[in-house]
Amino acid sequence: MKVEVLEGHHFLSGDVAVAEGAIAAGCRFFAGYPITPSSEVAERMSRRLPEVGGIFIQMEDELASMAALLGASWGGKKSMTATSGPGFSLMMENYGLGMMTETPCVIVNVQRAGPSTGLPTLVGQGDVMQARWGSHGPYETIALSPESPQECFDMAVRAFNFSEKYRIPVVVLMDESVGHLFERVSIPPKSEIEVIDRKISTDKKRHIYEPDDDLIPPMPPVGEGFGIHVTGLTHDERGYPVITAEAQEKLVRRLVDKIRVHADEIIDYEEFMTEDADVIVIAYGISARSARRAVIMAREKGIKAGMLRLKVIWPFPSKKLRELVEKASHFVVAEINNGQILVEVERAIRKEAVFVGKMGGEPHRPDEVLKGIEEAVK
Amino acid sequence: MASDELFVSGHRGCAGCGMATAVRMVLQEAGPNTIVANATGCLEVMTTGYPETAWKIPWIHAAFENAAAVASGVDVALKKLGKREGVNVLAFAGDGGTFDIGFQALSGMLERGHNITYVVFDNEAYMNTGIQRCSSTPPYASTTTSPAGRVIPGKQGKKKPISKIVAAHDIAYTATATIAHPKDLKTKIKKALESEGPSFVQIFSPCPTGWRFPSELSVKLSKMAVDTGIFVLWELEGGNFDNIRITYKPKERKPVEEYFKLQGRFRHLLKMPEKIAEIQREVDEKCAEFGF
Repeated sequence: MKVEVLEGHHFLSGDVAVAEGAIAAGCRFFAGYPITPSSEVAERMSRRLPEVGGIFIQMEDELASMAALLGASWGGKKSMTATSGPGFSLMMENYGLGMMTETPCVIVNVQRAGPSTGLPTLVGQGDVMQARWGSHGPYETIALSPESPQECFDMAVRAFNFSEKYRIPVVVLMDESVGHLFERVSIPPKSEIEVIDRKISTDKKRHIYEPDDDLIPPMPPVGEGFGIHVTGLTHDERGYPVITAEAQEKLVRRLVDKIRVHADEIIDYEEFMTEDADVIVIAYGISARSARRAVIMAREKGIKAGMLRLKVIWPFPSKKLRELVEKASHFVVAEINNGQILVEVERAIRKEAVFVGKMGGEPHRPDEVLKGIEEAVK
Repeated sequence: MASDELFVSGHRGCAGCGMATAVRMVLQEAGPNTIVANATGCLEVMTTGYPETAWKIPWIHAAFENAAAVASGVDVALKKLGKREGVNVLAFAGDGGTFDIGFQALSGMLERGHNITYVVFDNEAYMNTGIQRCSSTPPYASTTTSPAGRVIPGKQGKKKPISKIVAAHDIAYTATATIAHPKDLKTKIKKALESEGPSFVQIFSPCPTGWRFPSELSVKLSKMAVDTGIFVLWELEGGNFDNIRITYKPKERKPVEEYFKLQGRFRHLLKMPEKIAEIQREVDEKCAEFGF
């Protein structure tokens, strides 16, 4: 096994598929720290990366892992880590540093049930808001949520493409059930996989944080004579610290806007039987698979149900929900937490939704979601 | 099992778990007036599956990286409450929670000078998460993140000399121990507990699951590690390394290959005599440093 892209049909777990997707997207650096249920990603990378000329480093903790990603990315490699709740918490400081320094990289978070050590081996979806707001300060994030090993592969590629295109750390928010699920994964030939690389500066006189019209500055390569000053302090376009409200307004507003103005290119969802739906379930990750079955069961009972599955969680598809609320009367949210996406849904539709939440440890049973659908239309 | 055991049977440790035996010995010596702060790891997971517990003393789970910090809080709070007298405050952690992620908290605790005995159960990898390499993993051991392959024969880099680093903080007492030398282990725990200020004991803890050896060999492997010179039994009061005392010297050192032969994690080395010779040389040098 020395291929860069593992073409063909395979029987893979989500954790292994996300690693293969990363390699297919050009990831050649992995720094991580063992944590259940994501360790299989690191294990796969430790075998695969040396085969394709990449580097695997196990660091001494998650702080160091995330910091190493930023360093490797500035060094020119597409870099990734994989973790779960407690490790994700430890990564938050450097996640913010990645936002501030506009460093492309990918963080795979195979969510388990928290808070704290929680249920290390069992499913949770409680890190949705942490992916959005986990580091301090204002910024915009990108997070994807695969529902199957196939999507783990596909979304790893997309996560890298987003991170390279928008110069931002991107989160793949998996969950334990999807990470440990084995399914068929079809990997296309290398030539058919769209891989986006970061814009590289060519003009040495140009300031390193001077954005193009798309608000994204090209990245200067290190070691080629560019004056590179990378800092977590608020900085000007030269990269030098400027401790003023004006500099903060200019820089941070651009960090926010560079994602907001491209939100429509990033947002992605699946609509399942929403065409004529009277009640719509919003779900993502493993919860969406239960919700899909619940929608079918509801239809069998004569309830016009449908599902909006979030493939990209952040940015959140508020516009889509505002469209749906024009046609559908009822909304149900199924997720394995105490109502994180629920808040976003209710804000978008400007009314209450029925919440089918679980605190973690097992995925929804379809009949649990069905009960929520029935309650909504009652 | 004696009725005064404070770490009792029925836990979910693997058959032959070296750490379980070590914990039992430590608590036999510490006695009932003991509080344990325990980092995340096998020890926590295997002993506390609700509604059961293997602990007959107050026990607090910390996150992975902060057993030393939590124990520091316990130490200071007891002092403030006027209840510190006659109580042992112990911090228990594995090698991951000590050599790697918990190193910062450990160093802070040592520097502040808390009256804590910190015991590291060193099984030389992250066993709880599935046998990933650690800075405690010895050179060339195969783990799931340092797999022995055609290009890279297992873990690269040396084993971090944690006890030496700890002793360099100039603390009251530092020692190394194994379950194959129970009298030595208990004497060291006793000295550690009686020391004023921070003390540290590194206990070599064979792991049948992670090292891939038959579960009845845990004690034998502990003995082999010492008899080959791979693991040296020593103790030190203070931070002057000239005062190191070797507590057990093997009469005649065995070749390291004999130790490797018994373990799956080193199986690939048996076909690489040059690597074995390299380790033998390093062990010889280390033993010479220790004066044998």
